[in-house]
Amino acid sequence: MSIVAEQRELRDDALNGLQLSTRLENLWRTPSGFFGALASVDHKVVGRRYIVTAFVFLLLGGVLAVLMRVQLAGPEKTFLSADKYDQIFTMHGSTMMFLFAVPVMEAFAVYLVPLMVGTRNIAFPRLNAFSYWMFLFGGCFLWISFMLNVGPDVGWFAYVPLSSLQYTPTKRPDVWAQMITFTEVAALAVSVEIVVTVFKLRAPGMTLDRIPLFVWAMLVTSFLVMFAMPSIMVASTSLILDRLVNTRFYDSSSGGHPLLWQHLFWFFGHPEVYIIFIPGTGMVSMILATFARRPVIGYPVVILSLIATGFLSFGLWVHHMFVTGLPQLGAGLFTASSMLIAVPSGLQIFCWLATLWDGRPVYRTPLLFVLGFIVIFVIGGLSGVMVASVPIDTQVHDTYFVVAHFHYVLIGGAVFPLIGAVYYWFPKIAGRMLSERLGRWHFWLAFVGFNVAFFPMHILGLIGMPRRVYTYTADMDWAHLNLLSSAGAAIFAISFALLLVNAIHSLRSGALAGDNPWDASTLEWATTSPPPPQNFDRIPIVKHRDPLWFDNESLPVVAGLSVERREVLMTSLAEAEPQVREASPEPSIWPLLTAIATTVFFIGSIFTPWAVLWGTPPMAVTLIGWFWPSGSKEDEE
Amino acid sequence: MPVRMRTALVPSATLPLAACAGRQSALDPQGLQSGEIFHTLSVFLIVAALVWIAVVIVLGLSMLRRKRAADQPLALHQPFERASGRVIFVLGLATLVIVLGLSIVSYAGQRTVFAKVENALTLKIIGHQWWWEVRYEDDSPARSFVTANEIRIPAGKPVKVELESADVIHSFWVPSLTGKMDLITGQKNELQFTAKNAGVYRGQCAEFCGLQHAHMAFAVLALPPDEFGRWRDHENESARDPADQLGRLGEQLFRARGCALCHSIRGTLAGGQLGPDLTHVGSRTTVAAGTLPMSPATLAAWIADPQHIKPGNYMPKMPLQSDELIAILHYLEQLK
Repeated sequence: MSIVAEQRELRDDALNGLQLSTRLENLWRTPSGFFGALASVDHKVVGRRYIVTAFVFLLLGGVLAVLMRVQLAGPEKTFLSADKYDQIFTMHGSTMMFLFAVPVMEAFAVYLVPLMVGTRNIAFPRLNAFSYWMFLFGGCFLWISFMLNVGPDVGWFAYVPLSSLQYTPTKRPDVWAQMITFTEVAALAVSVEIVVTVFKLRAPGMTLDRIPLFVWAMLVTSFLVMFAMPSIMVASTSLILDRLVNTRFYDSSSGGHPLLWQHLFWFFGHPEVYIIFIPGTGMVSMILATFARRPVIGYPVVILSLIATGFLSFGLWVHHMFVTGLPQLGAGLFTASSMLIAVPSGLQIFCWLATLWDGRPVYRTPLLFVLGFIVIFVIGGLSGVMVASVPIDTQVHDTYFVVAHFHYVLIGGAVFPLIGAVYYWFPKIAGRMLSERLGRWHFWLAFVGFNVAFFPMHILGLIGMPRRVYTYTADMDWAHLNLLSSAGAAIFAISFALLLVNAIHSLRSGALAGDNPWDASTLEWATTSPPPPQNFDRIPIVKHRDPLWFDNESLPVVAGLSVERREVLMTSLAEAEPQVREASPEPSIWPLLTAIATTVFFIGSIFTPWAVLWGTPPMAVTLIGWFWPSGSKEDEE
Repeated sequence: MPVRMRTALVPSATLPLAACAGRQSALDPQGLQSGEIFHTLSVFLIVAALVWIAVVIVLGLSMLRRKRAADQPLALHQPFERASGRVIFVLGLATLVIVLGLSIVSYAGQRTVFAKVENALTLKIIGHQWWWEVRYEDDSPARSFVTANEIRIPAGKPVKVELESADVIHSFWVPSLTGKMDLITGQKNELQFTAKNAGVYRGQCAEFCGLQHAHMAFAVLALPPDEFGRWRDHENESARDPADQLGRLGEQLFRARGCALCHSIRGTLAGGQLGPDLTHVGSRTTVAAGTLPMSPATLAAWIADPQHIKPGNYMPKMPLQSDELIAILHYLEQLK
C-alpha cells in the first residue's frame, strides 16, 4: 500500500485508447455475482431497473383499467362487485400516478441525465440505489396487500372522512398512506440527485444555455417534486396519525376539518400533473429536434415556458375544489390563474410547430408518437381550460368528462412522449434497434384505440355519468358510449402488447444500433450503445448547444482525471468551468439493507405504534454502515 | 344511434351535443342555472374547437410542405428563427387574450349561476351513506316535515337547498337543473336553482362516498305551484292508520321485527333516526335512493333482501316469513 501511495497518482492523460477504456471499465463496473448486482450504484444499472419496474407497474395498472372497462361495458354487469371495483379503481389510480408515471420519468432521468450532461455517474449514487429499493419495496407492498385483499379502496385521492378510521375501519387506507411515504422518499431522493447532477456535474463548457431541453425539463420537475411532495407528506402523515394514534386533524367534530385534507392533497396533486407532464415535454423537444433535423426553435422560450409552468402549477390547486363551497370571488380568481397556464403550454407547442415547419422531418416511430402527442394533448389542454371555469366545473367535476380530460393530458401529454422516448432511447440502452414496422402498428393502434376509448367519455360526462360508479342502469342512455369506450380500451391495450413483443424480440435479435443511430446531437449519443460503466473514456468539452452536430468528427475532451479511483469532474453552476475532481462512491450493499430496515419500520408502524421504537435501531445500524468513513489515500498520507 | 356516433367523431360542434338529451344531462338544460352553464360551456367548446382545428391544420401543413430530406442536420438559419420568434410572440399574446376573454365569460356565468334570490323556498338536504334526507322546514313546526330520496319543488320558483352531511362527503347534483355542490361534515353549503318547467329530473351523488356510491340517486319532481302546495299540505300530515287487518298486522310487525329502530313514521310509535323517514313512503317514485322504480314488487324485493340489491348498505337482511313480508309490504304501500 505504502508504495502505491508514494507514487504519483495515475491520471487518464498517461493512458490511451484500449488501455484507458479497459482500466476505466474495471474501475467503474458493477461487481459481478448476485450480491455485486445488489450493491450496484451505477446510474445506468439503477436507471434500467427503475424503468423496467415502472413498466411492470404500467402493465399491472393497465390490466386493472381493462377490468374496469369490462365491468362498465354494459349496464348492470356483475363482472366485478362494488367492493372489488372500488379496490381496482383505487389501485389503478395509485399505481399509475405513484408507481408508474412519476417513477418512470425519474427513471429515464436517472439513466439519461448523467449521459446528457457528460459525466460518469449521478450525484449521490448510493442515495440513488436506496431510492430505487424504496420504490420497489413500496410498490410491492401495495400490490401484495392488494393480492391479500387488503388493498386500498378509498380512491387514489383518499378523501377524508371516508378514509378515516370511523368510515373505513380496515387497514386499507393505512396501506395506501404508507405506500405514499415510500414513493415520497424515492421521488425526493431522485430530485435532489438530479438537481445536483445538473448544477455541479455538467461537462465543461455546458453553460446554462447549452443544456439539453430534457435536462432542463427534469431540473424544473425536480424542483416541483421538492416543493410539492412535502405537502402530501404532511397530509398522509396526519391521516395515519388520525387513524393510528387518534389525533383529530381531519375530524370536524373535534375542531379539525375535512377540507384541510383536500387543500394539502391538491397543493401536491396539481403540481403532480406537471411533474408527469414536464418531463414528457422535455422528451418531445429532444425527439422533435432529432427527427425534424434541426434544433428546436425558441430554445429560451421553451425553457422560460417550463419554468413558468412550474411556478403557475402551484397556484391552481383550488380548481379541484370549486364545488366544496369556497368563497365565489376566490374561486373566480383561481379560474383565471388556472387558465393562465395555457399560455406557457401554448408557447411550447408553437415552438414545436415552428420547428416542424422549418425542419426536414424524418417520419420514424418516435416522431409519430410526438405528432400524436400534439393532436391529443391539445384536446386535453383545451378541456383543461373548460374544467378551470367555475360554472362549467360545477357540471363536469367528478364526471367522466374529467376522466376524459386528464387521460388526454396524462396519456396524451406524458405517455405518448414516453413511448416515443422508449423507441428513441431503446437503442442507446439496449444496443439494439426496435422494429420500425411493429412500431408503426403500435402507434396507429395506440392512437386510434386511445381516442375511441377516451373521447366518448367527454360526452358521457356531459350527459350525466359520474366517476367511480361501479355500475349504472340501462335507462341512463350511457350503454352505447360505454361499450364503444371499452372497445377502444381493448385496442389500446393490444397496442401495448405489441411494444412488449417488440422489446423482447429486439433484445434477442434486433439490428445492432451503433453509437448514434438517429444522428442525434446530444452527448448521450457520443458514447457506445449501451454505454460502458464509465460512460465516457474522456469527459467531453461542450462548445455548442448541439455538440454532435457541430463537432461531430472530434469532440474536444478533458484530460487529467484519476484512473485509480472513481472520480467525477465538478464544474461551476452557470458557466460550467471545471472546479474540482470529486470522488464518486464505490458499490455498496448498505443502501439495500437500509431500504429493508426502513420498509420493516414503515410496515410495522401500521400494526403497532411500538414499531417506532423497535424499528429505529436497525435503521440506525444500516445508516451507520452506509456512512462509515472508508478512508482514502489522501487521508492515509 | 347516428346522432351519438356523429358526436363522437366531431368533437367541435355543439349542435349535435345538444341532441344528446338524457335523464340527467347537462346538455339538455331545464333550469335557469343549467341554461346559463350551458351557454358558458358552448362558448368554451366553440373556442376550443377552433383552436384545436387551427393547431391540427398548421401541423398538417408543416408535414405536407414539400421539403427535400436534409443530408445533414440543418444549422440554425437566423432569418426564420427571427421571423418565427415574432410569430410565436404574437400567438402567445393571442393565447393570453383568449384566456382572459374566457375568464371573463366564465366569471359572468358564475355570477349568474350563483346569484342569490330572496324568498326562495328553502330545503335542508342531508347526505347519508347512501341516501338523501330532505327536510322541509318552516317557522311553524306544524308545517315542517322530513322525507327522503325525493325532492318536490314548485316549477318556476327559486329553490334554495342547504347542504350538510351526516357522515362522509357527498355531492348534490341535478345536471338538468344546475351544477353540483358538495355536502361536507362540519360545513354548511347552499345552492339555489329554478326549474323552468314541471317535470321529473334525476339527480345523483357525484362525490365518491363508499361502497354504494353508484346507487345514491334521487328524483327532483318540479310540480305546478298549486299542486306543490297541495302536496306539501298532505305531506305535512302524519301517517294514516292502516285501513285493514293486514295493514294493522304489518304495522305491528314493522315494530316487532326491528324496522322501527331505524325508520320513523310520523304519528306512530316508529321513531328510528338512522334510516329514511317512511311517513309517506308509498307515494315516492323510487326504492333504495333511486336504485329501482317504486312498485310492490321492487319494494318487496328490497325489504326481503336489501343486501342483494345494494350490497354493503346499512339495512340488514331481516329474517321474515313470507306472510310477514306481505303484511309489512301492505302496510308500507298504504303510507301515501
